[in-house]
Amino acid sequence: MVNGGKRFCPHSPLPTPYSLFVRMPLKRKDLLGIADLSPEEINFILDTAETFRDVNQRQIKKVPTLRGKTVINLFFEASTRTRTSFEIAAKRLSADAINVAASTSSVVKGETLVDTALNLQAMAPDAIVIRHSSSGAPHQIAKIVDAAVINAGDGAHEHPTQALLDALTIRGAKGRVAGLKVAIVGDVLHSRVARSNAHLLSKLGAHVALAGPRTLLPFGLEKRIAPAEGSVTFADNINEAIKDADVVMMLRIQLERQSGGFFPSLREYSIHYGLNRRRLELAKDDAIVLHPGPINRGVEIDSDVADGPFSLILNQVENGVAVRMAVLYLLAGGE
Amino acid sequence: MRQSDDKLRCSFCGSSKNEVKILIAGPSVYICNGCIDICIEIVVDDSRQTGRPLGLALPVLTPAENIMSRVEPSRAHKHEKHSGGAEMEFIEKSCVMTTADMNRVLARMSSQIVENNPDLSNVLLVGIRRRGVPLAERLAARIKEMDSVKVATGALDITLYRDDLSTVGERPVVNKTELPANITGKTIILVDDVLYTGRTIRAAMDELIDFGRPRRVQLAVLIDRGWRELPIQADYIGKYVTTTEKEIIKVMLPEFDETEQVLLVEQK
Repeated sequence: MVNGGKRFCPHSPLPTPYSLFVRMPLKRKDLLGIADLSPEEINFILDTAETFRDVNQRQIKKVPTLRGKTVINLFFEASTRTRTSFEIAAKRLSADAINVAASTSSVVKGETLVDTALNLQAMAPDAIVIRHSSSGAPHQIAKIVDAAVINAGDGAHEHPTQALLDALTIRGAKGRVAGLKVAIVGDVLHSRVARSNAHLLSKLGAHVALAGPRTLLPFGLEKRIAPAEGSVTFADNINEAIKDADVVMMLRIQLERQSGGFFPSLREYSIHYGLNRRRLELAKDDAIVLHPGPINRGVEIDSDVADGPFSLILNQVENGVAVRMAVLYLLAGGE
Repeated sequence: MRQSDDKLRCSFCGSSKNEVKILIAGPSVYICNGCIDICIEIVVDDSRQTGRPLGLALPVLTPAENIMSRVEPSRAHKHEKHSGGAEMEFIEKSCVMTTADMNRVLARMSSQIVENNPDLSNVLLVGIRRRGVPLAERLAARIKEMDSVKVATGALDITLYRDDLSTVGERPVVNKTELPANITGKTIILVDDVLYTGRTIRAAMDELIDFGRPRRVQLAVLIDRGWRELPIQADYIGKYVTTTEKEIIKVMLPEFDETEQVLLVEQK
């Protein structure tokens, strides 16, 4: 044997060929809100979600990407859409999804949020999806656990994956987000969806008009929106917000967060702030209607609008799975 | 004085001229092709151990002469964690293929494909993203020129099926997979630019199976550079290239790069 008979091969310092691909710009452990994302990061998540939308249309809707990873859905608030959506997203990526509902957890025995998080951490999950009625709860958990923390709605603060799926739906229908007029109408004060959307849509260059009863508008919100190409303004009334809008997003009256007295009655609210066919005519001819759900028919939106041709409410739900797959892939994929 | 043929012997191994394929004469010495292979082996091994550049005008060998296939060491292989996405700088070592070479090679590969697959209407050329996709399209175009049959093409993005996702530092970008609705019963020809570890092809096959049950799957690659880590081989090969593990084959296509050529480079 030549050369001493020993064949020595130092393992390569080089990446395997496929890691020569373009690198992703999302370098963060958690997804806590839209406010701290850059437009590039937002677009990157949306582009990734487009691919997962294709996966959801295959016959076998499952890829082995997150095999061996564990995703815990920790929901301290009621939810069907978001929790199911996250669970399906995790399962379609081959991750193991575990659902913990506060009503059946040790929270009812008096365990604090931090203790719950530390106990979950001890079971080494790769991602924790959390919904909590207190703003900032996911941020606190993110500080103490190693897993990726994904905010699935915290109080009236943020609901980033909802805003991302709204943007994906808008982009899919309109081909762009920049330059569009988006009316967000209803209980903006209690809406984390509205806040996340105000951040996201203005970052991507849309002009957001917020409208609703003056008691349900968080005046001053516009000052907390980072200066961007788009804008966030308060419309004087709903008709002004909807006029010439490309997108009309209706919000649910969040009675569970209200102490009462914000408006006289649901019937009166429906007449003045509900979206009906006549009011929708003020918007552009090709306007689309969105709603984060759950919808209250006959209150903020009439049935003929919710089920009408302009309504993309169910597309939003479909896109929700794709967006959550993208977020789980980007945050829980490695290490 | 000129020695008769049977008396000419390799000065290194002593084999007579009749026993070896080629015997090269030097100033009062002779060397046979077998010993040259061993010499190359030593140089390549040395380069591997010390990291010194090869210093060989890198021979592009035919399969029979491909020493790498014999030299392939048992590899206690560890995937190093690839950190950082910084731009890499490369030293160009040699040009493996020019545009003209590439055209010739693709013409040969497409005629091989036609020869092996009498029923072209059932064939689907599936390019592996990124550079396999334009190559698949070119093969399809060549086949159309030759046989006036339009062979269907598709694109496969294997990112979600990679086996190293939990070791690479950052998530790679996911692109779209575009396949016709039903691939069951089809003959799929996977097309990629470089065949290296075989892991990409493993991932591609796994993904294909999720779309249906193809009749058979074949593999066409522009360059086979050796260093397989899985039992995978190509059915159609543009060119075998002997490489060290540190070297990189850069296939450049006008769709992604400014030029059209194949280079052998090494990271600076």
